[in-house]
Amino acid sequence: MTTWIHKQRHILELTLSSLLRRKGKHFALVLVYTLIVFLLASVMFFTHALEREAALALAGAPEIVVQRLVAGRHDLVPVTYAEEIAEIRGVSSVRPALWGYYYDPVFGANYTLIVPAEFRHQPGQIAIGPGVAAATGSEVGYILPFWTSSGKLVSFDIKELLPSESELVSSDLILMSEDDFRMLFAIPDHLATNLTVSVRNPNELPVIAAKITRLLPDTRPIIKDEILRTYDSIFSWRSGIVMVVLMACVLAFIIFAWDKASGLSA
Amino acid sequence: MTKSNLFLSGMAILLIVFCLMFVHAAVVQRKADPVLKKKAEMVEDLEITDLCLFTEARYTRHPVMADVNTPFQDFPFSIEHYPTGSLVAPPEHLRPGR
Repeated sequence: MTTWIHKQRHILELTLSSLLRRKGKHFALVLVYTLIVFLLASVMFFTHALEREAALALAGAPEIVVQRLVAGRHDLVPVTYAEEIAEIRGVSSVRPALWGYYYDPVFGANYTLIVPAEFRHQPGQIAIGPGVAAATGSEVGYILPFWTSSGKLVSFDIKELLPSESELVSSDLILMSEDDFRMLFAIPDHLATNLTVSVRNPNELPVIAAKITRLLPDTRPIIKDEILRTYDSIFSWRSGIVMVVLMACVLAFIIFAWDKASGLSA
Repeated sequence: MTKSNLFLSGMAILLIVFCLMFVHAAVVQRKADPVLKKKAEMVEDLEITDLCLFTEARYTRHPVMADVNTPFQDFPFSIEHYPTGSLVAPPEHLRPGR
């Protein structure tokens, strides 16, 4: 055993002496290999972290979201649909949800406006996400102006900044009361953006979704599993940037290793 | 000190650092648990369906909820949003055959 270890040490000594005969070139090669591995590892660790965080954060996503499609496009859904869906066996609650987009021409930014089930502040007041605060340079106590759909300018008082730790989900959010939202976009009381459905048994989600489609053929239910799988596929190795960086790194690595092994440039 | 001893010492140090990385990851993960829990609570309270990753258009901001035929429809001659278009594939439930 000791003889074997000594033998390996001598081989190692010989290898290192050989490498050190051309210090500059071999040091540069080690640096390039390190850079490639660093790049690949960084992208893979980062996308894996995002994938895991997405799965943990979106674990609280609604069980079924029911959208209405008119001529292939997303349209507002009548609130009466909620009553019909609530009668399906297995459904525990249905809530008309109000949310939408607002393009701020002053800062060139898109915001997502949401009406929470329980809004902690008064009409005329809003809570903003960290991205909105950074883009507009706003803090609690400032005002934020909006153009309504009728061309009128209204201002809201910023009462709360959403925590910066929640930026992954709340960066561009603006929370407001239902009255303010409907006034801003002139959405009548009998319409909502979509419906969120809770069910008693999560295993019955596909069955209930199928029942909703049969009951209301102009709707599209999206179940929680589809929400989670959407983000799995965005961050998986098969998609986008991971694939591009992976291929580039593997190719670079193969070229360098083959060049070194074949000694063509020696 | 011989070259091989130096090399093996260097490898040993790197191996220790590598092992410490796992310890660091476990510590940071434990510290991040309350933050992740709060994030999940916010998602549940606000009924959020999508992460806030790309805000150029509604189908990049909410890929789960996107219409079937909205890409390139922002305005005439509109080009694809880069690099978002390369990173976000259409969700499975919007692909043909569903």
